[in-house]
Amino acid sequence: MTTYIIRRLLYTIPIVFGVLLVTFVLFSLVGGDVTDQIAGRAASIETREEIRKEYGWDKPLFLSWDSQFFNHLKNAVTFNFGRSWSDRELIIDKIKRGAGPSLSLTIPMFLGTLIISISLSLVVAFLRGTIIDVLVVLLCVAGMSIPFLSFILFGQYFLAFKWGLFPVFFSPDLSTAQYVALPVLIGIVTGLGSNLRFYRTVMLDEMRSDYVRTAFAKGLGPARVLFKHVLKNAMIPIITQVVLAIPFLFLGSLLLERFFGIPGLGYLMIEAIGARDFQVISAMTYIGAILFVIFNLITDICYSIVDPRITFE
Amino acid sequence: MSERDRIIRKGAAPKGRSLWSDGFRRLRRRKLAMISFAIVITYMVFTGFIYVTELFDCQFELTKWDAKVGDEYEPPSSENIFGTDFLGRSVLRKALYGVKVSITVAFWASVISLVIGVPLGAAAGYFRGFVDEIIVWLYTTLSSIPYILLILAFALVLKGKAISLEWAGLGTYELAGITTVYLAIGLTSWVGICRLIRGEVIKHKEREYVLAAKSYGCSSRRIIFRHLMPNVFHLIIISFSLRFVSFIQAEVILSFLGLGEKNYPSWGAMIDTARLDLPKGYWWEMTAATVAIFLISLALNIFGDALRDSLDPKLRVQ
Repeated sequence: MTTYIIRRLLYTIPIVFGVLLVTFVLFSLVGGDVTDQIAGRAASIETREEIRKEYGWDKPLFLSWDSQFFNHLKNAVTFNFGRSWSDRELIIDKIKRGAGPSLSLTIPMFLGTLIISISLSLVVAFLRGTIIDVLVVLLCVAGMSIPFLSFILFGQYFLAFKWGLFPVFFSPDLSTAQYVALPVLIGIVTGLGSNLRFYRTVMLDEMRSDYVRTAFAKGLGPARVLFKHVLKNAMIPIITQVVLAIPFLFLGSLLLERFFGIPGLGYLMIEAIGARDFQVISAMTYIGAILFVIFNLITDICYSIVDPRITFE
Repeated sequence: MSERDRIIRKGAAPKGRSLWSDGFRRLRRRKLAMISFAIVITYMVFTGFIYVTELFDCQFELTKWDAKVGDEYEPPSSENIFGTDFLGRSVLRKALYGVKVSITVAFWASVISLVIGVPLGAAAGYFRGFVDEIIVWLYTTLSSIPYILLILAFALVLKGKAISLEWAGLGTYELAGITTVYLAIGLTSWVGICRLIRGEVIKHKEREYVLAAKSYGCSSRRIIFRHLMPNVFHLIIISFSLRFVSFIQAEVILSFLGLGEKNYPSWGAMIDTARLDLPKGYWWEMTAATVAIFLISLALNIFGDALRDSLDPKLRVQ
C-alpha cells in the first residue's frame, strides 16, 4: 500500500509538469507579451521596460536558468503567481478571498444533488420497467437538454425578480444562506438530470445481482435491501463521481456566480476573461489541475478501503 | 413462425446480417429515435441551405436575419412568431441563423477532435511501449485541467491571433469569431475519443484477425486503418452523436461570454442580449434561443442513446 502511494505520488510529477507546460505554452508562447495592453498606448518606453521586467518578458523563453519557463515552474511550485494586471492585487490573495463564497455555493449544491439523485435512483431502479421509470428517464433527458443558461435566467427572473421569493443579487448585508439559496436550488435542478440517469444505470447493474434476489427471498423489505445492500455495493462508481467532483467545487460556478453577483472564484474568472488577465487564468488552471491530481490519488486509495478485493500490484 | 425459423426448417442456412444493417433495423423500430433523427437532419439541412444561399447570394425571407420587420420589442404575434428584438429584427430569423453557427462549430469541433484523437489513440493502443506512454501522459495532463477552464483558456488565447499558412501557400489567416470557438473546443475535447480508441485497440490487437493480417505481412498502417478501424468505427459514431450536444452547449456558453461570433447572431449572443431584456419583461428572445437549443439537444440525446443501444452488441442483452 505504502509503495503504491509513493509510486502514485511520483507519477503525479510528470502530470504537474505537463500542466505547467500547457499553461506556459498557452499564455506565454501563444498569448505572449502584452505590455501594450497593460501600459496603454500613451506609456513611455521606460514604463514599458519596467513592466517587461516585472513580468519577466525580457528574459529568454526556455534555455537558461533564468528563463521564463523556469521561472514559471518555480513560481507555480511556490504558489507565487505575482500580481494581477488589472488591479495590481496579489493573485493568491484574490484566490483565497474567492474560495469562501464559492465553496458556500458549491458544497450545498453538490451535496443536495448527490443525496437526491442517489435516493431517487434507488427508487427508480426498484421500479424499473414501470411507467414511472420511463417517465423519470424521459424527464432526465429533457432536463439535460435545457441549456444551463436558460435554467439560471428563467429561475432568477421568475423566482427572484417576479415572485420575490429570493433576493435577486448578492449584497454584503445578506446572510450567506439567503443569497446562496436560489443559486443552489437552480444548480441542484440542473444537475439532477444527468446525475440521476447515471446513478440509475449503476443501481440497475447492481439490481441484477444474485445477492439482491437472496435478500428479497429471505423476506427483507425493499427499503432495507435498497439502502443497505445495493447502496453499499454501488459505492465504487459513487466514490469515483464524488471525489473527482470535489476539485471542481473549489473553482466555483462560473455562470451562477456571474448571474447572482457572488464574489467567488467563478466571478474572478469571468472578470479575468473580460480584462484578458492571463496571469489569473493561468493560476486558476494550475490550481484546478493540482486539486484534480490530488483527488484522483485519493479516489484510488478510497477504492481499496471500500473494496478490499482491489489490490495494487 | 418467423421467417428465420422457416428458413432454418427448410434446411437452408440463415442469411447473416451485418452489424450496420442489423443496427439500422433495430433503430427503425424506435419511433422516438426516428423523430429525433428527423429533427437532427432538419437542422443539418437548414445549415446547408444557409450556406448555399450565402454562396450564390440568393435572398430568402427566412435567411434575412438583419432585416427590420417591425417595431422594437414587438411581442410574439402571428406575423413574427417570436416577436422582434431591440432593433425590430425578427427573433425567429435570428434563432434560425443561430442554427448555422451552432452546427458549424459542432461539426468542425468534431472533425478536429477526430483527426487528433483517433490516430493518437490507435497508435497508443497498437504500438504500446514508449509511444503509448507519451500519448497517455499527454491526455492525462490535458484531462487533469478542468474542462471549462481549459476551453476558456484556449478560446481566450486564440482569439485575435493570426495563423500563418504561408508555407502552404494560403497566406495568413486571422482567427476570429466561430473559428476560435471550434478550434478551442476541438483542441480540448479529443481526449475522450483518444482514450476510447486506445482501449478498444488494445482489446482487438490480440484477436485472430489482426494476427492473421500480421502474418500476411501487412504494414502497421494497413492493419490499423484497414482492419482495426472498421471494427471500432461504430464506437466513434456513438460517442460523437452524444458528444455533439456538449459541443453545441459549449458554443452557447463561449458565445455568451463574448468569446465567440460578434457580427452574426448566435444562440449564446441571443441569451446575452436577453439577459438584460428579461427583467423588462421581453421574454421572447430568451425563449426562442432556449427552444432552439433544447430541440436539437433533446433530439441528439435521444438519438444517441438509441444508436448506442442498437449498435453496441454488449449493451443489447439488457
